[in-house]
Amino acid sequence: MGIRRRSGGFVLSVNPILCDGFGHCAELAPDLVHLDEWGYPIITTIPVPLSNLAALESARYAVRGCPRQALRIDRISDPS
Amino acid sequence: MIAPNSLPRVLHEASGRPLSLAQHEEAFASAPRSGSLFEHLEASGLTGRGGAAFPTARKAKLIREQRSHNKFMVVNAMEGEPSSHKDRTLLSANPHLVLDGAEFLASVIGAKNIAVCVSRDNPAAVNHLKRAIHERERRSLRGPKLELHTPPWRYVAGEESALVHWLDDNESLPQYRPLRPHILRIGHGPVLVDNAETCAHVGLIGRFGSDWFRSVGTSANPGSTLVSVSGAVERPTVLEVALGTPLRSILEAAGADTTPQAVLLGGYGGTWFDGSRIDVPYASDTLQPLGATTGAGIIVVLPRNGCGIVETQRIAKWMANESARQCGPCAFGLPAIAEDLVHLTTNSRDAQAAYQRLVERCGVIEGRGACRHPDGVVRLVRTALDVFATDIESHLRGDHCAGSRSGQYFASVPSIEREEELVWE
Repeated sequence: MGIRRRSGGFVLSVNPILCDGFGHCAELAPDLVHLDEWGYPIITTIPVPLSNLAALESARYAVRGCPRQALRIDRISDPS
Repeated sequence: MIAPNSLPRVLHEASGRPLSLAQHEEAFASAPRSGSLFEHLEASGLTGRGGAAFPTARKAKLIREQRSHNKFMVVNAMEGEPSSHKDRTLLSANPHLVLDGAEFLASVIGAKNIAVCVSRDNPAAVNHLKRAIHERERRSLRGPKLELHTPPWRYVAGEESALVHWLDDNESLPQYRPLRPHILRIGHGPVLVDNAETCAHVGLIGRFGSDWFRSVGTSANPGSTLVSVSGAVERPTVLEVALGTPLRSILEAAGADTTPQAVLLGGYGGTWFDGSRIDVPYASDTLQPLGATTGAGIIVVLPRNGCGIVETQRIAKWMANESARQCGPCAFGLPAIAEDLVHLTTNSRDAQAAYQRLVERCGVIEGRGACRHPDGVVRLVRTALDVFATDIESHLRGDHCAGSRSGQYFASVPSIEREEELVWE
């Protein structure tokens, strides 16, 4: 496989207009997302390092598993 | 020409009737200026008067750098805030100054079209603008094309992305913009949106230059601004004041209660400000450290015999109903907050629990909508919890203050429309 870029981090973000509160993301990425009392996702805004492969994998599952396709992964490059 | 240090500026020669084009040109005779308009705009340090106080020159530069043959200049005179009257006052005093500024900005960014947006619930301003645009067309057909648009009146319809979305033949709903700065577009054409008052100031800068503009106000916040004072005043007024004027003298000039319990600054998505601190200069750089904003220039005075919690509850309830109901945290969160405030103000057994829920929900909702509507309500409620902390304690104990029992209200809140009746296009 190619060289994986392991520096930098990512943030999972949601389009709040598209989101209808299905809640699949909280099941697919429980470390990144938890639900508020109305069932809408609260996503951690602190960037997760890309080297955390388990978290990245779960974020990808959440993106693909969203019935409204409201989620996206934003890459954040290192400040250094 | 208006003398450098004198006020009023944008309301110069204002009378009951709007100035005609000939009167306007006579009153605001142009002075020859050196340097390009954009340089003057940058040197003036003008910030947007619609609420966000973003530097106008920086915003114009962003659109100016775009390559397009089909740019738009949009004048936002929607005035969604119920206690703001500055845009309609300005348009009924001198619509030509606003149109002048819009033409200057259009020439800066290279726009061929100007869209002036006034809500259709404001027939007086619509007529003044129709007449002014007609006068200009009769004089010459050169220059950018002026068009008047009348979107429906909603609180969030004046938000810039909602307005541009409406102009692009859609519903007037705010849009999700994850990447900032975001360039709004009508079709493919980039759009510059500026508040009507900002345009009026640009009209003056274009005529008299940046040094003239900076002769009033502080060095960090130059110029003058329109404030709408309402609440505990003899009659609601719109004043033009220099930025950096102490809040107390603004209240005095408006004939308001100068020993208020608190003032609401910025609008219904703004901040409550303690009445003991009104000696602070009215400018964003001095208000910001104190947790307040100038916002859209709204000051609602709450006297000693009013109840801040009840006012906040009424505002929050109305703001919750004005949500576009697009984002879950706003559609469900704001009614929940309003409901908690009702529990606080009425004799309810779970007032203590409601207070806890309220604090929790404020933390959860913030920053999770597509636009800043929920953030504004959360900010209002948070500052209310802070400023009226002692009142809340007595409400929690069950002894309600005299203000909440008197049934006398100071913030003007429109009647709540049913959800089916809300018009979005």
